Amino acid sequence: MVDARGVRKYFGSHEVLRGVDFAVADGGVACLIGPSGSGKSTLLRCINHLEPIDAGAIVVNGALIGHAVRGSHIVELPERQIARNRIGLGMVFQRFNLFAHLTAADNVMCAPMTVRGMSRADARRQALELLDRVGLAARADHYPAQLSGGQQQRVAIARALAMDPNLILFDEPTSALDPELVGEVLAVMRDLARSGMTMVIVTHEIAFAREIATSVSFMDDGLIVEQGSAADVLDNPCNPRTRAFLKAVL
Amino acid sequence: MSMSREHERPGSGPAPDTRHGSDLEAAKIAALPVRHPRRVRGPVGAAIVLLGVAVVVDVLVENKNVGWGEIGHYLFDGAILDGLVLTSWLTAVAMAVGIVLGIVLALMRLSSNPFLSWAARGYIWFFRGTPVLVQLVFWYNLAALFPRLSVGVPFGGPAFVSGSATAIITPYAAALLGLGLNEAAYMAEIVRGGLKSVDEGQVEAARALAMTFPQVTRKIVLPQAMRVIVPPTGNQVIGMLKLTSLVSVIALSDLLYSAQTIYGHNFETIPLLIVVSIWYLALTTVLSFGQMFIERRFSRGAPTRAKRRAPIPDEAVIA
Repeated sequence: MVDARGVRKYFGSHEVLRGVDFAVADGGVACLIGPSGSGKSTLLRCINHLEPIDAGAIVVNGALIGHAVRGSHIVELPERQIARNRIGLGMVFQRFNLFAHLTAADNVMCAPMTVRGMSRADARRQALELLDRVGLAARADHYPAQLSGGQQQRVAIARALAMDPNLILFDEPTSALDPELVGEVLAVMRDLARSGMTMVIVTHEIAFAREIATSVSFMDDGLIVEQGSAADVLDNPCNPRTRAFLKAVL
Repeated sequence: MSMSREHERPGSGPAPDTRHGSDLEAAKIAALPVRHPRRVRGPVGAAIVLLGVAVVVDVLVENKNVGWGEIGHYLFDGAILDGLVLTSWLTAVAMAVGIVLGIVLALMRLSSNPFLSWAARGYIWFFRGTPVLVQLVFWYNLAALFPRLSVGVPFGGPAFVSGSATAIITPYAAALLGLGLNEAAYMAEIVRGGLKSVDEGQVEAARALAMTFPQVTRKIVLPQAMRVIVPPTGNQVIGMLKLTSLVSVIALSDLLYSAQTIYGHNFETIPLLIVVSIWYLALTTVLSFGQMFIERRFSRGAPTRAKRRAPIPDEAVIA
């Protein structure tokens, strides 16, 4: 599903990703953990080419994301084709990023209508189904400002699902939430994982990672330092930096 | 009372506050009725304002020089109404040119392409940096600089269409070019401010949903930018309404120039200026109402004080 090799990324002269290899199998749930500034979010944003990479290759669903091989070179695709690459690739942000001028239902309807050309009636029907799935059917006509953080994040998940993705990227989906609202978002994500959705999750919720991850990668200073099953990485870490990190957060 | 002494009094319970020498107890005074001195001051202020208005009205009505008869006579005079139509029409078209070109310039200015960005900067620098009166007269006298205008291959290539500048640049064309191109420079800055006010996260979310740049701009960024763009644009429209009076220098009979022509003959200067002011005020009132409606339309979803409701907790039932 996702196969990233030798990914390098610079912000100015600072190398944020220093040759990362990362893979997720079909139906897998990969959790990325690590201290802030270790490059987890950057890696996630490279997977859908929100951040262009400086070296390496990321193949998602069999397609080189944002790039094409021309002869002996890799060239970046024009913006329109990058957008086409992102179909089937959902993303959920830390700050929800719901479209502030649209109701919950319109947020979910926007991309299917704009990108897929779906009719308003079909999009609305689908949006109501998806909002029902995340427990928010009754909030369909509320604006984001009228919803709690947890409700907004669940709408954001419904919005990602509306494009019928086979992979969803979660960028610290519960970090901006009040503690009592974290559970409702994790419940929706747990439900998604059970339904077989492939997911890459950047998270600080170690207990949640242990529960649903099929693989856990610990990142530090732009590299994946340790990678394996949740039991291996979280309960029997062999790398001293992983151990130090887990000791600090648990 | 020092801090240390307070600490030395362990478990003595709430001490009565004696700092102000009073022994207020909330329980005793809680039932007293509350008076609001500010609500009494309201009617007093209103009375002063009403008195002021009455004085002004009285002075104007009593003063024979105001010429109420003349005002009534010229308010619907044919020449005045023709001028009114020209003023409205020039305002509308010049603003339309300014808004459309302003959006294009704003997008160019924000473009990552340095040539586009600098071209827009140069345009804005030039048109904001020269008086619009100079621009109007310049366009009107374009024939002095380029006697013939043509569309064709530059650097001496063949021309497809060509004509004399005096025939193409009519006073109307000169007025629209002068006012519209100048307005575009100001609108570009207003639109740019609006576009920049939209959170980057909105753009990222839209791009992550596979929208292309034009789709993101049209569906996500512009509608939200409008909330910031509309109020200053309303200002610009009202400013333009009055700026159009400059076209009298290129022999166009707008509202003000029509009045000037009339009082040039009959010397009823004050009544005609009042007539003109009445019409400008009427148009401004209409435009302000229009602005109000448009603002309301684009503030949907914005957390205003009236709309901001506490989020309703839900019984999240997740199957």
